[in-house]
Amino acid sequence: MKSNKILTYVLWGVGLVLLPLLLQNLGNAWVRIADMALLYVLLAVGLNIVVGYAGLLDLGYVAFFAVGAYMYALLASPHLTDTFPVIAAMFPGGLHAPLWLILPVAAATAGLFGLLLGAPTLKLRGDYLAIVTLGFGEIIRVFLNNLDQPYNITNGPKGIDQIDSISFMGLALSKKLDLGGFEIASVTLYFYLFLSLVLVAILISHRIQHSRIGRAWMAIREDEIAAQAMGLNTRNLKLLAFGMGATFGGVSGAMFAGFQGFVSPESFSLMESVMIVAMVVLGGLGHLPGVILGAILLSALPEVLRYVAGPLQALTDGRLDASILRQLLIALAMIVIMLLRPHGLWPSPDHGKSLLNKEGA
Amino acid sequence: MDVLLQQIINGLVMGSMYALVALGYTMVYGIINLINFAHGEVLMVAALTSWTVIGLMKEAMPSAPGWVILLIALLIAAVVAAVLNFTIEKIAYRPLRNSPKLAPLITAIGVSCLLQTLAMIIWKPNYKAYPTLLSSEPIDIAGAVISPTQVMILGVTAVSLAVLMWLVNATQLGRAMRATAENPRVACLMGVKPDTVISATFIIGAVLAALAGVMYASNYGTVQHSMGFLPGLKAFTAAVFGGIGNLGGAVVGGILLGLIESIGSGYIGELTGGVLGSHYSDIFAFIVLIFVLTLRPSGLMGERVADRA
Repeated sequence: MKSNKILTYVLWGVGLVLLPLLLQNLGNAWVRIADMALLYVLLAVGLNIVVGYAGLLDLGYVAFFAVGAYMYALLASPHLTDTFPVIAAMFPGGLHAPLWLILPVAAATAGLFGLLLGAPTLKLRGDYLAIVTLGFGEIIRVFLNNLDQPYNITNGPKGIDQIDSISFMGLALSKKLDLGGFEIASVTLYFYLFLSLVLVAILISHRIQHSRIGRAWMAIREDEIAAQAMGLNTRNLKLLAFGMGATFGGVSGAMFAGFQGFVSPESFSLMESVMIVAMVVLGGLGHLPGVILGAILLSALPEVLRYVAGPLQALTDGRLDASILRQLLIALAMIVIMLLRPHGLWPSPDHGKSLLNKEGA
Repeated sequence: MDVLLQQIINGLVMGSMYALVALGYTMVYGIINLINFAHGEVLMVAALTSWTVIGLMKEAMPSAPGWVILLIALLIAAVVAAVLNFTIEKIAYRPLRNSPKLAPLITAIGVSCLLQTLAMIIWKPNYKAYPTLLSSEPIDIAGAVISPTQVMILGVTAVSLAVLMWLVNATQLGRAMRATAENPRVACLMGVKPDTVISATFIIGAVLAALAGVMYASNYGTVQHSMGFLPGLKAFTAAVFGGIGNLGGAVVGGILLGLIESIGSGYIGELTGGVLGSHYSDIFAFIVLIFVLTLRPSGLMGERVADRA
């Protein structure tokens, strides 16, 4: 039995390592899709802590993604040194913070924002919480849009560009790597970096789920008053859930900024938050494999459909735009999947009795 | 002084539209505990339908007075919206009534996305000018101006609120609705058919959204497939602000939100010495909302519930 399990892990590992190399042959665009899917997995795993484990519906999760992304953008682009002479004087060689500095800073800042959001919302339940988190997400976005005056911090709707690409232990991920005649494309290198981050995130999330804290979160989700009566410090636990979830979002955001080389408020709209919630719920609330499946499906599906939609578009004499068709199919997929599998595609087997059968009241 | 009065008038006009949409959210929420994400899209479909109808009518009978055309467009838009919302409930929400709480939320998001895309296909994605059908001569009140369209908005809102209050408080359907909201199972035992009540709720909500949609379009003068998003979001905020599930709360929440927004955005520049401009008006509402909910976690007029909401 045990060797079987190890064998499965090894096969998965080999498969994941080979996947981008295979996709690379089809074209780098496919590897890019896989890279973005991994970033979404990171986001979904983070949001799953807040919504899936602790049962706090967060509709403004993209705010933490934005915080992480702007953190990276500010610390590793000419924007700050160009706008503020003081900072330019401090860093004569330009501001190019390395990855090992940015990652913790982005994670910590996002975590801090998570606590900031969590603190005033502790007393709120259910949909009141949903609307406040949604408002928080919008507030962050409006600030990103407007903080180009009086001091130009975020460069407003134009966004920040010329962001340094990620380099890791002296290896610049933006250039392709030549391994004795065998070329590994830049996007593939990113794939490995994101994959390792996702694996770390999954490991942390999995370990927490079965720890004392994880069980406490689930107790709060099922019945907050009972949890409190059992002596759980619900205030700190809820804050911890917000903070942890936000940290994952921040890391994902920082990676996004480094990967794209450009950030603007447009990438962090409410629709993005809604999509991340949809990934978590569609996959299977509170169940890691399900959440990962949901994230991959919803992030990769539109891109794959882009290729499918082309022929369909030709069928309808080009009357239907490919992007419109794509949107149509995603919307239909969301409705149909939910109608057929209301508990998510791959629901958690454990809480069949409590969480899933719970009606609103 | 007249600046303040002007902001109050604008706020009331915006607020009354928010209130109409918020009523739809709050009624649905009160009965089946669902955030109907597609509600803003019903508003959008109604506005676009009325735009088409107005276009056709203007060709068919160019001599008809503006208010007649508007009235007919309003009626047709309301019928289309009602049929649409009825169908949405039947297909996307009814099968999921006993599912986990977040499942219908996701179908609602899906429906919202679907309607936007369909509207984009049917009506093309460009902005369309919405004709002004009432006279554009502004009326002067103590230094502030109000357009006939805005007078109409205030009037229609007042009338529909009165009708709704009568419907909910004095008819058998209203009693059934209130009973179902309070306790669906017991209401069912008393002979109330929950499916009928829920369908009726969705239809009433859709009619209110259609009214709001047509008025929103007349007030702003443009229609487009994504126009439902912002009023939907604001109206939902208003519903929560007032205490979700509470009809009076939705009206108060909507009007207060409109006032806060217009007065806030009018004075924010002066208050902060020009640091924050009126483009922050969208977050003004949210900041007030967060403050109110921190102090009164169940909204202005919501009941304090012991267990989870």
